[in-house]
Amino acid sequence: MIGRRFLRQALPFLSLAVVLAAIFFVQPRTMSYFGLNLMLQYAVPIALATIAQMFVITVNDLDLSIGPFVGLVGSIAATLLYDDPVLGMAALLACIAAYGAVGALIHSRNLPSIVVTLGLSFVWLGISVLILPTPGGNAPGWLKWLMAVQIPLVPFPIVAAIIIGGAVQLALMYSSFGVIARGAGGNPRALARAGWSMLWTKVAMYSLAGFFGVLSGLSLLGLTTSADAHVADRYTLYSIAGVILGGGEFIGGRVSPMGAVVGALTLALAGSFLIFLRISPDWQIGAQGAILIVVLALRAAVTLGEARR
Amino acid sequence: MNALINRLRHQPWIWSFLAAALVWIVTVTWLRGQGAGEILTAALSFATFSIIVGLGQMMVITTGPGNVDLSIPATITLAGVVAMKVMDTDNARLLIGILAALGVSLLAGIFNYALIRLLRMPPIIATLSSSFLILSTAISYGRGIRIKPPPMLDDFATFRLTGIPVATLFVLAVSFVMALVLRRTVYGRSVLAIGQNPRAAWLAGLKVDGVRFATYVLSGFLSGVCGIVLSGFSGGAALDMGEEFLLSSIAVVVIGGTSVAGGKANVPGIWGAALFLFLLVTMLNTFHASAGIRLIMTGLIIIAVIVIAGGDEQR
Repeated sequence: MIGRRFLRQALPFLSLAVVLAAIFFVQPRTMSYFGLNLMLQYAVPIALATIAQMFVITVNDLDLSIGPFVGLVGSIAATLLYDDPVLGMAALLACIAAYGAVGALIHSRNLPSIVVTLGLSFVWLGISVLILPTPGGNAPGWLKWLMAVQIPLVPFPIVAAIIIGGAVQLALMYSSFGVIARGAGGNPRALARAGWSMLWTKVAMYSLAGFFGVLSGLSLLGLTTSADAHVADRYTLYSIAGVILGGGEFIGGRVSPMGAVVGALTLALAGSFLIFLRISPDWQIGAQGAILIVVLALRAAVTLGEARR
Repeated sequence: MNALINRLRHQPWIWSFLAAALVWIVTVTWLRGQGAGEILTAALSFATFSIIVGLGQMMVITTGPGNVDLSIPATITLAGVVAMKVMDTDNARLLIGILAALGVSLLAGIFNYALIRLLRMPPIIATLSSSFLILSTAISYGRGIRIKPPPMLDDFATFRLTGIPVATLFVLAVSFVMALVLRRTVYGRSVLAIGQNPRAAWLAGLKVDGVRFATYVLSGFLSGVCGIVLSGFSGGAALDMGEEFLLSSIAVVVIGGTSVAGGKANVPGIWGAALFLFLLVTMLNTFHASAGIRLIMTGLIIIAVIVIAGGDEQR
């Protein structure tokens, strides 16, 4: 069964390779530094949002507010952070703190995360609309510079993805905190009995989700250079799909940070692939659904043996 | 009296009705009593749609943690588009249009469960990906043309009997049937049992797969009903007509006292929650709050209701 387990973990990477190969086949000109850079640049904010979602999924919750939150961060950064860096930073830190507080609320009152984050999505959107009633604002110069960085040989988005995935992989899979955090998803009662505070674990995981949500919003603003409250509404669904494509599961603390990043890249590339295929715009969304289904069908085939043990 | 209050206090649906009543009273007081009845009538007609889909979503959520139908908005849209196109503003084609629309929504439900069962996809992802396919079908079939509903459907969806919309009475009847199904039929009891403990239900000999299948198909069917009535109500089908029901179908179920952990359903609560959500928007509108403030208040009040009503008992 080692073979199957290996295959299961390799599957997200295989899916990415297949989508990439298909793109190269359909449009060989993308097989270049410039082409990859262009196709993958918007994958960076999606990958960061996916990591944020993954932290919440690790503790068996679901965050339906991450998309509007990314939009809010963009709105804050394009106005407050641009005009007054100190005030802007304080506002972004307050956002992260708010995420942590939500984690505490959900844990201490034993609330369904779906509903609380659903309500939160309205709150984030409302604050964005108050700050930035119409799309606009300006990205701070350093953000634009950072997102336009040219690294020799390897395109920036790939380097960024490896750094993000690798760092979170180390923190969540190989540190004692990571073990407790994943355990909080696997068997919270056992960990609580062993003396770990489930409250603080949840606060930490939600704060981390907030932190990566902020990074996602900043990187997205660096690319778009002006903000819009609704710009990232789709990120909520993308981030959930990315975590699952990357081999994560909704329950039990089974997640894979590297896989989540790869899942986000696959989703972003699938979008480009469909454009290159010149599918009628009517079927663009549908084809994305079909790709999700195909990848998960493959996973079902691979894990069938595991499930039947 | 105290005993009655005590009993009511423990009914999960009471909170949503209290919240709805409170919001209504605040609104009417603000308006100095003007339009109190009109507001209720409007709330009843608009709440109708989230109640229909809420009933389907409730059954799905009750079958256990992780079960949720995210394809409701897309199915509403597809059913609306199919109904309008097949009916082609002709009263004589009303029935065949209804059958066609219900047919495609049943197919959507079957497709959802096929993904969940055969491909072992988590329901959230399965219904999400199928919703993409369903929406694309609607876009491609509808071609963006807005066709008016046949006069008879229009009349049904907007007709009022002494101030009470007929569509609301229709949904009231559907709700009674659903409450009966939930309490008195093998299917309804099985849904509750599976939600409480799927393994125990399976060991007790319940047809777990069959019941879950029927539940997803039922949710698709009710989305279809909503799509047909909604396109009659709003003068035709639009490609974004289902959008708002992604959030509201889940919100009415959970605010109404149905447990997200599964195994506990509540039909009256859906009515209270749907009225509450509409009255909340009305209240914020009468205050002339800006769009931002309105969104923030909606979010905070949803969270406040769930904090007050939910929680503790699940420990």
